[in-house]
Amino acid sequence: MAKITFDGIEVEVPDGTTILNAARKIGGKVVPPAMCYYTPLKGSGGKCRVCLVKVTQGSAKDPRPMPKLVASCVTPVQDGMVVENTLSPQVLEARKGVVEMLLINHPLDCPVCDQAGECDLQNLSYEHGTSGTRYEEERRTFDRQDIGPLIQLHMNRCILCYRCVYTADQITDKRVHGVLGRGDAAEIGTYIENVIDNDFSGNVIDVCPVGALTDKTFRFKNRVWFTKPVDAHRDCPKCSGKVVLWNRGSDVLRVTARKNEYGEVVEFICNECRFEKKEMSDWTIEGPRHIARASVISANHYELPVVNPQIIADLPESTTKELHLIPRPI
Amino acid sequence: MGLKILTEHINVPGIDTLETYRKMGGYRSVEKALKTMTPEEVVEEVKKSGLRGRGGAGFPTGLKWSFLAKPEGKPRYLVCNADESEPGTFKDRVLMEKIPHALIEGMITSSYALGARTSYIYIRGELMFVLRILEKAIAECYAAGLLGENILGSGYSLDLHVHPGGGAYICGEETALLESLEGKRGNPRNKPPFPAVWGLYGCPTVVNNVESIASVPWIVNNTGDEYAKIGVGRSTGTKLISASGHINNPGVYEIELGLPVEEFLFSDEYCGGIWKGRKFKAIVAGGSSVPILTGELFLKTAEGTPRVMTYESLSEGGFVSGTMLGSGGFIVMDDTTCIVRNTWNFSRFYHHESCGQCSPCREGTGWMEKILHRLEHGHGNMHDIDLLVNVSKQIEGNTICPLGDAAAWPVASAVRHFRDEFEWHVKHPEKATAPGAVYSGAEDLAFA
Repeated sequence: MAKITFDGIEVEVPDGTTILNAARKIGGKVVPPAMCYYTPLKGSGGKCRVCLVKVTQGSAKDPRPMPKLVASCVTPVQDGMVVENTLSPQVLEARKGVVEMLLINHPLDCPVCDQAGECDLQNLSYEHGTSGTRYEEERRTFDRQDIGPLIQLHMNRCILCYRCVYTADQITDKRVHGVLGRGDAAEIGTYIENVIDNDFSGNVIDVCPVGALTDKTFRFKNRVWFTKPVDAHRDCPKCSGKVVLWNRGSDVLRVTARKNEYGEVVEFICNECRFEKKEMSDWTIEGPRHIARASVISANHYELPVVNPQIIADLPESTTKELHLIPRPI
Repeated sequence: MGLKILTEHINVPGIDTLETYRKMGGYRSVEKALKTMTPEEVVEEVKKSGLRGRGGAGFPTGLKWSFLAKPEGKPRYLVCNADESEPGTFKDRVLMEKIPHALIEGMITSSYALGARTSYIYIRGELMFVLRILEKAIAECYAAGLLGENILGSGYSLDLHVHPGGGAYICGEETALLESLEGKRGNPRNKPPFPAVWGLYGCPTVVNNVESIASVPWIVNNTGDEYAKIGVGRSTGTKLISASGHINNPGVYEIELGLPVEEFLFSDEYCGGIWKGRKFKAIVAGGSSVPILTGELFLKTAEGTPRVMTYESLSEGGFVSGTMLGSGGFIVMDDTTCIVRNTWNFSRFYHHESCGQCSPCREGTGWMEKILHRLEHGHGNMHDIDLLVNVSKQIEGNTICPLGDAAAWPVASAVRHFRDEFEWHVKHPEKATAPGAVYSGAEDLAFA
């Protein structure tokens, strides 16, 4: 076990835990944001640089500070480490710089983007970005790519987090999806515009933190904050069958995997559940999905089932005697 | 003439053949190390020599070797970084092209010291003809029993492979090199874990520059203490310098560290002074990644002490008024050089070579290039100059590998030392964009 101090809060975690996961154990406002790190995917992290933190004391044995800011998602803790995140102006300044870099070539087409409302980049720029831009140059653009009948790739919006690459690599059999080119010309591709033909290919949509990979069966159908998410499950021979249905009235508009508070998929789901089961009768409904209050989706979203308060029991017996005789509205 | 360790026999005809190379005393270090020394003793000699990595960072080689993890049941690897792609640096190429056996001898001795049974030379993709020279030399060694099973009857076996890269600058970063060698996309890895613990195929690995490895045989033959006597202070031994630009005698020179820079630049034995009798304007002293300096600041530090060619002396003054020895790419610029254009050109290189893995470098190098392009072509504003510095600060230190720093330093230092020239480009775009126009001093800024 290693004991570290993160933003002045002490926490004890097993050896080998990353700084980010130690911070997540504390939870709340001190947790650094993460755009590329994804717990279920091996090898992810270290790329987007928004989780940079300052290590002011390396360990109890070697108390020297680390010379540079480190990516908290890939740096393991040492016993006695002291880390600053929100307390360090240097970290906040660097993070602001990274967010600016992520946005300079982003098209900022949120008004027509399906991801709007549940976009990690949107949340990140609200929290750490600036309202204006210093970028006067022409933005880098790519042609829109079709990768099969179910998934749309919008490379302009991509921040190259490599999550979908690791997903395609690790949970599907064939390697058909990777990064082509380098520098700011690097792009996600399925050499060349191949269809991702695989039972679990749809998961690349869920892991994408931005609107680069979207669900073609949901494209332009609705804004995500108008839909009502409910937890549901079905008996699926391929996957756990535990999903979230995004409904409008009684129409199932979209099916996704369940995500935890850090936007990470809990259990990956198969394409049949995601793309084909779009009837309420296909599913057993569990109840409303919990949505964080900070999210725009939580507007007009009531989670708790409406329970009639127990007034009746407290009334005098005489008033309840013939209650059952009164006709009830159905 | 200073002492020559690496290039003593470079002009001997046929030195690229095993026969001539052995006649000149080659492969003595292999015999000495394998037959009379333990691997630990070789590492100890290299440690004593104070040899510092010649690839640019200047990390002590012996120390790097002693960090190599030695777990049971895992092979260890030595990888030679011959992916020399830094603009202005071309020393390794000359060494490998002329005396391929110097590198191979170093590889055998070093591999023995590290306990590696398979070693690799990762060579830059553009140097295909050098690869053929090396492969021919390796074949000679196999035939002579210097490589393969049971080398010279000592019981030690080594296989040596040459692997060409695809010509990407980023694959000269040691972890990107290892990824590339494994057959993957050349993206640098996150560190820690360092290659000494988790390197090639997940095994402990040492990655060394060509020149560092080629220096090992001399150290083994003549002991580390002798090597440490050459040079000044912590900069020991000799260094190959690739001199280019506006000088009379461009080329690769082997110098003893501690040589006064004035002597190196102006004596006829080395660079021979600035060509065409022009003025010495600026210099990039260690390959395009290091901060650019004005001529005056290069010859004498801000305090007025004359500089010498050592790691310490060149970096005196930090980033404010110093630079770095780096990989020894010595680019001299006379007073007809436009610094803005030069900076734009460097920036274009880093934009093109960024791997695109981490966001500050991927986006920032392109942004800097576009701003510099605008400034150079007369479309810049005054605030662009500050923006440029600010963007470089946002990249520096926030990236996975040092390419981000390498892209940021030349830009930041160019603005620091030649700000008036950038301002001239903004204030007088018609003059600045005229063919061959160069800023010639403060009068230009005031009256033109």
